Amino acid sequence: MLIRPKEGILDPQGKAVERALPALGFEGVSHVRVGRLVELEAESADHLGELCEKLLANPLIEDYEIETVDQEPRHPRTADGARRRTSPRQPGPGDVGGGGGQ
Amino acid sequence: MTVFGVIQFPGSCDDRDALAGADRAGEARMLWHEETDLGGIDAVIVPGGFSYGDYLRAGAIARFSPVMGAVAEFAADGGPVLGICNGFQVLCEAGLLPGALLPNAGLRFVCRQVEVEVERADTAFTGGCEPGTRLSIPVKHMSGRYFAPADALDDLEANGQVVFRYAEGHNPNGSARGIAGVCGEGRNVVGLMPHPEHAVDPLTGSDDGLGLFASAAAAGEPAAARR
Repeated sequence: MLIRPKEGILDPQGKAVERALPALGFEGVSHVRVGRLVELEAESADHLGELCEKLLANPLIEDYEIETVDQEPRHPRTADGARRRTSPRQPGPGDVGGGGGQ
Repeated sequence: MTVFGVIQFPGSCDDRDALAGADRAGEARMLWHEETDLGGIDAVIVPGGFSYGDYLRAGAIARFSPVMGAVAEFAADGGPVLGICNGFQVLCEAGLLPGALLPNAGLRFVCRQVEVEVERADTAFTGGCEPGTRLSIPVKHMSGRYFAPADALDDLEANGQVVFRYAEGHNPNGSARGIAGVCGEGRNVVGLMPHPEHAVDPLTGSDDGLGLFASAAAAGEPAAARR
């Protein structure tokens, strides 16, 4: 999940980064926005949007995007491999959702 | 006597000052965040601090505490609820108050005495204050910039839900329209960033914050007497 301040909301962290860049010789960089990335493993992508709406993002002030990457779990639930495997899933239009969804 | 319940989350740090402040106006008890029974409580205070380490967003995780379900019911029944600083953030995250608190525009933690004007005396915590009264009370926060979309702000102003506003030149964090505190539509849930519980004794510079606790105590007397 990629969460960032909504367009039009002052992001002082982004501004501070932006102001620091010229001093380091990086010219021509503007509109810096600082958000956060939440990585997680889920058996299903069904409720990820709801998860963002209810906890990970505050839809009043933040937009979010969900990107699903289908891969073997890096942290299996049990040592004997009892964790249910999810079927391969192609990213669909619902994966880049959010926009705050108010 | 009006009984105040002060909620204690892991990471709360102003709970004891809130307890002491409320105790000057009524009787105050601490409520652990796992409590789900608010029986015997006439007014709830959600205090300041860093509940759950401010992880994710300030107040985002505390709103899922077991006690918050009971607080939502208490508020829906018209019970007075005051959120101070982190408590204000928690109430906004829980949807009990409108808006959100963003990181300070100056990106710095602000800790100073500010002048705050009381705009509305028709809430559960300002009944004893004259509208226009200036209170000298401290702020100390990192994310106190009040935000709501412009049309929502217009609605708040039209409904008289802006309860406290920083006096001219005292807005410490870039809050929209200088808003320091708001109330819900029912006027029984109030939240503000400044700390009335740190201004209850002249020894620490001001006792202007006492009025909020006294207002709730005065309003709570009939309910307390009925019990």
